[in-house]
Amino acid sequence: MTYRSMIAEEIFYRGHEGDQVQAYVARPLGDGPFGSVIVIHHMPGWDAGIMEIARKIADQGYLTIAPNLYTRFGTGDPDEVAAVARAAGGTPDATFVGDTAGAIDYLRLMPTSNGKVGIIGFCSGGRHAVLAASSLDNLDAAVDCWGGLVIASEEQLDENHPVAPFDMTANLASPLLGIFGNDDASPTPEQVNQHEEALKQHGKTYKFNRYDGAGHGFFSVNRPGYRAAQATTAWVEVFKWYDRYLSA
Amino acid sequence: MCTWIVEHTTVSGSAKGPAGWFHLNQANVYFDHPYHAPLDHALIIDFVETPDEVGNRVAVELTEESARRLVDSILAALESGEAGHPVRLEVPAAIA
Repeated sequence: MTYRSMIAEEIFYRGHEGDQVQAYVARPLGDGPFGSVIVIHHMPGWDAGIMEIARKIADQGYLTIAPNLYTRFGTGDPDEVAAVARAAGGTPDATFVGDTAGAIDYLRLMPTSNGKVGIIGFCSGGRHAVLAASSLDNLDAAVDCWGGLVIASEEQLDENHPVAPFDMTANLASPLLGIFGNDDASPTPEQVNQHEEALKQHGKTYKFNRYDGAGHGFFSVNRPGYRAAQATTAWVEVFKWYDRYLSA
Repeated sequence: MCTWIVEHTTVSGSAKGPAGWFHLNQANVYFDHPYHAPLDHALIIDFVETPDEVGNRVAVELTEESARRLVDSILAALESGEAGHPVRLEVPAAIA
């Protein structure tokens, strides 16, 4: 029987344009080699929930890193930093992509890495996961958990978010797993269908799982929208996806 | 929801935060996942003096229903206040 252990700690790594990015790293101890997962937080920021998820994924045998996408707004209390970041319109997409490229490099250089790196994101982070997988060619698997604004109207785009990830579908470079609640309003089931149709048309490798009786954010154990049965089933699917694409 | 769309409005007055009273210049208002309240979505208001300063704000995260009640209460209080104080005082330049 394997001795179950991990280490979780705050680190800094080099992200977009060489900037130092604050991050939470949770990784199993042992020789590995392990696959890796980048864990992307939602709009409220680098909170305790995203760190719990990093540890959950690490417990399954993956090196994880959860970058603080709001690092440039400050490295103090995450809720205070998030308030300033949100008021400023969030992190520009170009900065996020650069930070993700840096996170991939960081993980691949870890001595226990098997060289394969995936990504997962929740809510706005789900959109980020699709964006990263459509902007970078060295991710091995992506998981979008109910990413809002993957499909966006002209009015929803701005200087920091100039292109909807949906419009980059032709460039998607890694297998994509989508996890969606059928009661969600962002994305709506119709938008999920539209996204799936585009993935089909472009011949992409993907799997979209839709869950009845679940809405937006149904993995969040501290919110009324948590759906135990659907979340448990969906987490199994997430780990199957990573086992398939991130194993040595 | 997780949107980057935030309503900004200028406000004048004072608020009391962790470091004491401060001058108010702006309120940032959005409806999204809260940080602390155990809700899926909340009406969130951050009262700030300097928008890009971290840590000096007064924050509230309200259920949609209570936020609407608060709006009604504010309007009712303003209305009764105006009725009881018909003479408008000139607002001091320091908090205008």
